[in-house]
Amino acid sequence: MTFKPTIHAALIRPCLALAGLALCASVAAQTVQPLDGTLKKIKDTGTITVATRGASIPFNYLDDNNKQAGFAWEISQRVVEQVKKDLKLAKLEVKTLEVTPQTRIPLVANQTVDLECSSTTNNAERQNQVSFSTTFFVVGARLLVRKSSGIKHWSDLVGKNVVVSAGTTAERMLRQLNEKNKWGINIILAKDINENFLTVETGRAVAATQDDIILFSNIARARNPADWEVVGVPQQKEAYGCMLRKGDVTFKKLVDGVITGMMRSGEFASLYEKYFLKPIAVKGNVTVNFPMSPDMQELMRHPNDQPL
Amino acid sequence: MHYSWDWLIFFKPSVTGEGVYGLMLLRGLLWTVVLSLLAWTLALGLGLIAGVARTLPNRAARYLSTAYIHCFRNTPLLVQLFLWYFVVPELLPVDWGNALKQMNPTTNQFLTVLVALTLYTAAKAAEQVRAGIESVPRSQKQAAMALGLGTVAAYRHVILPQALRIVIPPLTSDFLNVFKNSAVALTIGLMELTGQTRQLSEFSAHPFEAFIAATVIYMAITYGVIVLMRRIEFRVRVPGLLGAA
Repeated sequence: MTFKPTIHAALIRPCLALAGLALCASVAAQTVQPLDGTLKKIKDTGTITVATRGASIPFNYLDDNNKQAGFAWEISQRVVEQVKKDLKLAKLEVKTLEVTPQTRIPLVANQTVDLECSSTTNNAERQNQVSFSTTFFVVGARLLVRKSSGIKHWSDLVGKNVVVSAGTTAERMLRQLNEKNKWGINIILAKDINENFLTVETGRAVAATQDDIILFSNIARARNPADWEVVGVPQQKEAYGCMLRKGDVTFKKLVDGVITGMMRSGEFASLYEKYFLKPIAVKGNVTVNFPMSPDMQELMRHPNDQPL
Repeated sequence: MHYSWDWLIFFKPSVTGEGVYGLMLLRGLLWTVVLSLLAWTLALGLGLIAGVARTLPNRAARYLSTAYIHCFRNTPLLVQLFLWYFVVPELLPVDWGNALKQMNPTTNQFLTVLVALTLYTAAKAAEQVRAGIESVPRSQKQAAMALGLGTVAAYRHVILPQALRIVIPPLTSDFLNVFKNSAVALTIGLMELTGQTRQLSEFSAHPFEAFIAATVIYMAITYGVIVLMRRIEFRVRVPGLLGAA
């Protein structure tokens, strides 16, 4: 946050004594430390550019009414409101830019996009290029299989065809697992979440690996959800965070403040219910049905921005 | 721009535990080259046949090749590839479809892209060949006939030798396009050069280095093709004919 409460208090009291509140506000605005990075850009241009995703359900997607929606999208909207409030802007133009898993990091790094909140894993390599906010979701990669396939564990995949979305952290995990155990899995790469599911649905692969939450949302949207199940113990946990410019401490503080504030106020929990437990406007009305995991409850008790 | 450059990334070990990052680009390059050269060779043969067929007196041959060229030249390659990969196996008898889908996935992807790329490129090459044939003056064919040559002999000895020389420059463009078009393979999961570049950029979080390297590699390949085609054009020229200096 740019306006530290201490500065406020220190300024407001003498101000009130001397003159009216209106005068005080203008003085306060001038004496506060100069803005830098993202916030300066937003103030100078009067615009903020927020990234959107086409089908990162239920984090950031276009719903049936062609409106942007999603758990992470709403978080980014709260950030926009906070920015407007903190910068005391009468009008803040919000530009949106649709990104893909391939474009999101370059677009944040080259400052085209100010904030990206969707399903982006916070990891060490990415931290070379961008900074991550406080974690807002914890996932682990699991397996989506047909109930009739008989696959229950990762080790059941030996010598089989398994599909994974290209370039994801799930692919990295599957390759490491395959390389370490010499399982001889044939890894099929899909270009996005939808193609990933199409590949198991048409029988080219016996299982799909993805972050568990995406698998559940795929099942929710399947033609016959009862045919499918999610199996396998997650091999590692991952943290989703909002991406912003690398090393932009002031903006990160603002975004972190919004997320932890939502967690404390209970707004986070109700938003969770809205997107993960109740029907959302996708393909008619589907319910992801993903009760809050112990990891998520732990996160809400101790918010942090660490990769897992 | 807050970007941390690291050109040594290509020599650092990959997070997947499968060798250094540079190796990913090499693997991709290999697929791109093998796929493109094979597709081009097949397309050249098929394109020649279809292009000639479009100019033949035989009506059935003409219609057939016109229909083929229209279907394959006028639809996006991406759409064609998607149809070959996802739709065609579902239309085949169940056993055949399953056999296709249970093949080694990489072989299956490779063959699918090869078919799609060949048919698409051949349709374009066929149009070049037809244009080349039509640019040979009609009187040449009439003279050949007057000398007692049949259609086959007239094409073989009079028309094609001239037409094919004319179309070498436009065919060079098609040859270049095969290399660039082969990047569609990544959409069905065959990780050729562009696919591996994306992977590299995702895993290492160094997208700019990855794509700059890929750009340089593509330019080197296409420059090689241009030099090769120039040489061919020079070697087969007939002095005094077609202004080939």
